[in-house]
Amino acid sequence: MSSVLHDYWAYFLVGQYPNGPLGGLALTLLLGVSAVTLALPFGVLLGLARLSPWRALRWPVMALVYVVRGSPLLMVVFWAYFFMPGSSGRGNSQFATMLAALVVFNGAYLAEIVRSGLEALPRGQLEAARSLGLGYLQAMRHVVLPQALRNVLPSLVSQLVVTIKETSLGYIIGLTEFTFIATQVDSQLITHSTAVYTLVALTYFALCGGLSLLARRLDARSGPQAGPRPGGWAQARRAVPA
Amino acid sequence: MQLAGAFPILQGKYGDWFLSGFIESLQLLGWALLLALPLGLLLAVGRSATSRLARAPATAYVQFLRNIPVMVQLLFWYFAAPQLLPAFVRAALYRHGAEFPCAVLALGLYAAAFVSEDLLSGLRAIPRAQYEAASALGMGRWQSLRRVILPQALRNSLPALASQALTLWKNTSLATVIGASELMYQTQKVETESFRGAEAFAVATVLYLAVSTLITGLGVVAERWRPVHAR
Amino acid sequence: MIEFREVSKRHGDTLVLDRVSLRIASGETVVVCGPSGSGKSTLLRTINRLEPINSGSILLEGQDIHGPSLGLDALRARVGFVFQGFNLFPHLTALQNCMLAPMHVLGLAPDAARARAMELLARMGLADRAAAWPAQLSGGQQQRVAIARALAMQPAVLLLDEPTSALDPEMVSEVLLVIRDLAHQGMTLVCVTHELGFAREVADRVVLIDAGRVVEVAPAASFFDHPAEERTRQFLAKLRSPFAQPTALEPAALHAKIS
Repeated sequence: MSSVLHDYWAYFLVGQYPNGPLGGLALTLLLGVSAVTLALPFGVLLGLARLSPWRALRWPVMALVYVVRGSPLLMVVFWAYFFMPGSSGRGNSQFATMLAALVVFNGAYLAEIVRSGLEALPRGQLEAARSLGLGYLQAMRHVVLPQALRNVLPSLVSQLVVTIKETSLGYIIGLTEFTFIATQVDSQLITHSTAVYTLVALTYFALCGGLSLLARRLDARSGPQAGPRPGGWAQARRAVPA
Repeated sequence: MQLAGAFPILQGKYGDWFLSGFIESLQLLGWALLLALPLGLLLAVGRSATSRLARAPATAYVQFLRNIPVMVQLLFWYFAAPQLLPAFVRAALYRHGAEFPCAVLALGLYAAAFVSEDLLSGLRAIPRAQYEAASALGMGRWQSLRRVILPQALRNSLPALASQALTLWKNTSLATVIGASELMYQTQKVETESFRGAEAFAVATVLYLAVSTLITGLGVVAERWRPVHAR
Repeated sequence: MIEFREVSKRHGDTLVLDRVSLRIASGETVVVCGPSGSGKSTLLRTINRLEPINSGSILLEGQDIHGPSLGLDALRARVGFVFQGFNLFPHLTALQNCMLAPMHVLGLAPDAARARAMELLARMGLADRAAAWPAQLSGGQQQRVAIARALAMQPAVLLLDEPTSALDPEMVSEVLLVIRDLAHQGMTLVCVTHELGFAREVADRVVLIDAGRVVEVAPAASFFDHPAEERTRQFLAKLRSPFAQPTALEPAALHAKIS
């Protein structure tokens, strides 16, 4: 295994870059972070739409979320491939396809999390905000969402872990991410499959395991409390200076 | 089938392909569950051992398998693991179609890790008071476990287990990468031959949703079965 | 200031409010009381449209609150509401709770909003707790912040929905004293409460509601001493049970408590 690592470490890490498009572990990370960054606002929008009083908004979103959550990710990838304009074969369009699929897929899950977070909030909060004369959007922005999304950071990190694992599906559409690179190396070496795949497994384990640990640490810090902890959270808000 | 008449995509050989793929997917689901549930139970028992050392193997298993993508595990069991077998065994394996058993193995082992997690949390959800009540009635440790604790633990875990079954169902689609002829594989075959991609994927989506909805429905029923404890 | 004209409200098959007609003048303090489920809270909540009505009309300063000329948010900026459960925003400090709406609804600059909020908190005796989080405050303190928050909008009228029902007994008086001060300063108040001692001392008029209907409206003294309706007599008698505590306020001792 060490010889495999020795010969191919650069290839594993960044693919053919700079002699070709970015690949390998770097691409996996890039894809994962981008997908999570985009999936959260998408998920919040979907979650809000699910709770909106207008049927024309609620029903299509409910249908979308139902279909996406009941389908395998691979199916969503294929649908994305279908709807994405542009030809196959070019690195960019595969990245875009995978990104779109991941954003829609994870967004639908996050939508449910956001929705239940919103519904768990006592109704009195929205009533109090509206009673002060705040409009619906203002009330959402200043009172409801800050509370509902309070535990966002640890959840985002664990969502990142999930998404990194999901990037491995890029292999199927020919995206040169980490798993794809591994299969390329395997087909070149043929007899070293065990070494190659063990290496891949260990890398994912280190990466995802490490991030999971981080998520747990963050979760412990923001922990259970009656009200928000003054300090980091308070400084992060700029809406109401004190 | 009246329906096949209305949709040309479902006719003739295409219809057969969809059906055989669907059945194979269901078989993957069934066999993987059959592997995952007992193994998950074993792991849960392992993880509730008293000493850290005794807990270690099961914990390591769960941590390892949770953090590696399912697809990588599929590739490992199909491409890498057989290389550890003696040559003639490997040849025989590939000749007789290693795709299905490798897929079942990979999917089942993966699911077992999560099943153990769900069983454990189902166990932890039982209030201390239940143990006390059982022993106050004179029940010994094993009896309390068998008659009071474990039945409740199982009922507690059912919704989460239903959720795992749903994930497993969706994961069967990945078996296509090692050439298992399940639904996704067959759908791609239909698409390549008929050039009707959207219709083919639509059919497959409906089939996946049908089973997903069924499993989710079972989960909702399971939720109602949870033992309710007065506060 | 506020006028109810034959207001009715249904909830399914039940008639929650039955042709209620009532007039509340500017500067008046009106207490609404009645048995549970009588519709008194609902009555209050219809004024700022937290509850819709089925028939009749409600006027605020001569304008129909359901009409096109008065927007919903504009209405709520004119009508302050204090909840039984306080409903402070837990992710904001006491000061920020009071600053939020003036800044974002009235468009006040941060400094102006802060000054107004501090002044109100000082009036509530909570100037030193301005930077505290709601979780760090007692129930009585939280409710006083809630009152300050509502007053920060400089509303024409303040509605209070059982403001002390969720408080431990020793904190009830500090809140009632604040409300009494507001009444004496000429604020128009409509307060739903069980604290009849408070009603007797502070209210100008008392309204008894039962089963959605206005049973009696009378000046405080005559309501308690010479109730006109039989139903009123029954209600008052029930409250003077062997276990009821007299709830008269004792200003000096209690002022010492909140300062």
